Amino acid sequence: MIIVAGCDVGSLTSKTIIMKNRKIIGSSIIKSKPRPGDSAELVMAEALASAGISKGDIEYCIGTGYGREKIPFVNEAVSEISCHGKGARWMMPTAETVIDIGGQDCKTMKIDKDGNIGRFTTNDKCASGTGRFLEVMAKVLNVDIDELGKMSLKAKDPVTLASTCTVWAQADVIKYVNSGVPIEDIGAGINTAMAGRVAILVNAVKPEGDIFMTGGVAKNVGVLTTLEKIIGKKIKKTRKADPQMAGAIGAALLSLDKVSGNGRRTK
Amino acid sequence: MIVAGCDIGSLTAKAVIMENGKVLSDAFIRVKTRPEDSANEVMQMALDKVGLTMDEIDYIVGTGYGRKQIPFVDGVESEISCHAKGAFKVMPSVRMVIDIGGQDAKATRLDDSGMVARYIYNDKCASGTGRFLEVMAEALEVPLEEIGSHAAQSKEKLSISNQCVIFAETEVISLVNEGKETADILDALHHSLAKRVASLARSIEVNEDVVMTGGVAKNAGVFNALSEALNVKMKSLDGVDPQIMGALGAALFAEERSDASHKVV
Repeated sequence: MIIVAGCDVGSLTSKTIIMKNRKIIGSSIIKSKPRPGDSAELVMAEALASAGISKGDIEYCIGTGYGREKIPFVNEAVSEISCHGKGARWMMPTAETVIDIGGQDCKTMKIDKDGNIGRFTTNDKCASGTGRFLEVMAKVLNVDIDELGKMSLKAKDPVTLASTCTVWAQADVIKYVNSGVPIEDIGAGINTAMAGRVAILVNAVKPEGDIFMTGGVAKNVGVLTTLEKIIGKKIKKTRKADPQMAGAIGAALLSLDKVSGNGRRTK
Repeated sequence: MIVAGCDIGSLTAKAVIMENGKVLSDAFIRVKTRPEDSANEVMQMALDKVGLTMDEIDYIVGTGYGRKQIPFVDGVESEISCHAKGAFKVMPSVRMVIDIGGQDAKATRLDDSGMVARYIYNDKCASGTGRFLEVMAEALEVPLEEIGSHAAQSKEKLSISNQCVIFAETEVISLVNEGKETADILDALHHSLAKRVASLARSIEVNEDVVMTGGVAKNAGVFNALSEALNVKMKSLDGVDPQIMGALGAALFAEERSDASHKVV
């Protein structure tokens, strides 16, 4: 019986997954603290509590995400891209193209059956098309970021955001708010703008096979459905785990490979 | 003959009144929500300074972001042409004009007769525009007009790695949290902006003499950083506020056009 963990410290949220024999036995997600080390300690403690075990029970732990080099307790740090590929494949075993939208980046990648990465693109230079874009806009609308997605379903006459740049788009949104445009119409416009930007990265990897989306934005139905429309392909959904946990799941799976590969498996 | 130029930008509105090639008065204000209100107010300010009325102006040319909404103009010209026209009039040796505005940045190359030979601009991304500095000044709680002089006190060399305004703002906040000095952060921001604008300018080939127009030109920190980034000693347009260059150019166009229309009559 092997217990392993994956800890994904992102720019906006931190996640931990604890696995026993490829099954999730504990998990936690928190808003990231200013110091990545603090986020890691807290989210791990919560995950351990949810699994009812202690840190000593974890045989191997891999860290990933933006703050991966600052996690004090991991055995190893691995890039997010490897972890997301692996995690995505576990959640959706038929996935061949993965879209991962993080708090301050967006990646698209092709994966093989083992979750190894083929062609990939990434944007971490421009806030547009990343989680930050939605965060900035949610703040202007004074709504929770989780409420944005549903606005696309309620919108009657969605607005168009002409600018790609988050700063200019924010000015557009403020203008719409001030001129009394219904908030759902603005929210829908925001989701559409976000989807348009992500679609460019998706098309750049020439998507094939089943497409799967990881990261928190995968829970935004407005972005998801508009993106499907733009790329002309369906995006697969699963209830196996929270798409936001894919990086941590991948990290835990890689930990498992490590332990099994090292022949330390006792049972 | 009295003419005027009116430049409605995204952040400020400017007006210049001119008689026989000589500037009689100028004015500038922060823009109102509606461009037409900005235009009326700034024009009235310039008129009041010299005790003139609108009826006494023979010809008015409008320019800038809001030029199509100015109610009283006889014609319009692009900002590119107006800044080039104004700068060439003040300094006939000028061959490149770099104008950093509130929400764009433009580089214009002039030929020997002062005509626009080539230009390039960025209005797609807030990085490399006046808005970049506006956002950062706010984050650092320093008035925008003071960031130039504040940065002059910088002692430690820092660098900002993010170009995106949104990401750079986060970077600035973490530098503040690390206890870095505001002056040092501002200096790094000026260099970051300069680097971005310099690469825009270089894409159309930089020829001397280079001048800077627009409000950001008054920021000595950006001015010096841009000279450094271009590896060119930029010239100052002596005696003329770089911020009114667009309005000045518009007034010069007004003069030409009114001459032409008088000849027809």
